[in-house]
Amino acid sequence: MNWKNRNQSIRAGLAAAIFVLCCPSFAAAHLVTTGMGPVYDGIAHLLLTPEDFVAVLSLALYSGLRGAAAGRRTMFLLPLAWFAGGIAGSMVSGVPALPTAALSFLILGSLVAADLRMPVNAVSAFAVIIGLVHGFFNGAAFKDGAGTLGLLGIMAMLFVLVALFSAFVVSLRKFWMRIAVRVAGSWIAASGLLLLGWSLR
Amino acid sequence: MRERIPYKLQQCLPLLLALMVFLPSSALAHVESGQATGFITGFKHPWSGLDHVVAMIAVGLWGAQLGNPAMWVLPVTFPLVMSMGAMMGLLGIPLPGSEIGIAMSAILLGAMVLGELRPHLIIAALLVGFFAIFHGHAHGTELPPGESGLLYSMGFVIATGCLHATGISVGLIHRWPVGRLAMRGVGLFIAVMGITFLWRALA
Repeated sequence: MNWKNRNQSIRAGLAAAIFVLCCPSFAAAHLVTTGMGPVYDGIAHLLLTPEDFVAVLSLALYSGLRGAAAGRRTMFLLPLAWFAGGIAGSMVSGVPALPTAALSFLILGSLVAADLRMPVNAVSAFAVIIGLVHGFFNGAAFKDGAGTLGLLGIMAMLFVLVALFSAFVVSLRKFWMRIAVRVAGSWIAASGLLLLGWSLR
Repeated sequence: MRERIPYKLQQCLPLLLALMVFLPSSALAHVESGQATGFITGFKHPWSGLDHVVAMIAVGLWGAQLGNPAMWVLPVTFPLVMSMGAMMGLLGIPLPGSEIGIAMSAILLGAMVLGELRPHLIIAALLVGFFAIFHGHAHGTELPPGESGLLYSMGFVIATGCLHATGISVGLIHRWPVGRLAMRGVGLFIAVMGITFLWRALA
């Protein structure tokens, strides 16, 4: 096959691929299946679910704003609490629908935006509460799917995310960079407020 | 033979594409129109009305004129209070004269930029926050029913932030004398636009 035909084939293949990508399909937030096993399903779930991902992100940003000690504690406590909440959630049937994401966004976003000074123990308590609540809902969703191994995947990803984002914020030295983090927090809080109104409608 | 197979595949491509049309997928005839289905829909919403766009850019411009800390306090205040207004709109709490409030926001914020007025930070934040309620309420009542409130909300807030950032970026010309003059011109333009919005709201 000469180069001209090969290029035409590649172009045709690309066109077909784009066409397939444009075919509508459902995105199921709580049923992420990677086909690579439950651990990866858990990892993908956390990364692809904004309700959890943004909450973790804002907690990591706040821990980072509070310093290295707070970041380190959150890095270990959040995954453990998430796992404990997940185990509890997997034992319960019929989980009520609560505006968890909206409240998490609102509270954590406000803390980031205000850069509220808080003792390290209080930040740790926040990490445990957020972990237990979000983990509980994850556990209930994973009961018939990824199960405990999925929760382990989430734990691993939580550790990585908190380590990366907290360390990033701790490393910020310039004033305007910390301001940018606070602005991001205000956007998260505003999204939470809007989402709360949405869920109360 | 190996060379001919891709060429044959290429010949079959129109048939393959035609078959793809029959791929099973949900048929959502007309349901998607105007729905809050995701981030992009939310992101587009604040850009949909010129009155909103002008006022949000004016907030950024004024913040840039006032300098630190107003430069970031005002754009932080606006989305937060706007979300409160949107929540009111979503819950069906009436706010009389919201269109007049939006037009007045363009007039007053434009006038602030035109006059390079420098009130106390709290007064500036209160003024911006007061008008943000009107903008948020209008958006809240216009929000379509949809499936993904979360992504829509995030897109909506980020777009608002981008509009403020546009204003701040343009406002950086304030450091030069010509830029300062140009900014005052932009302020005048925004105020005049506000008057036309007010005229339309009262008509």
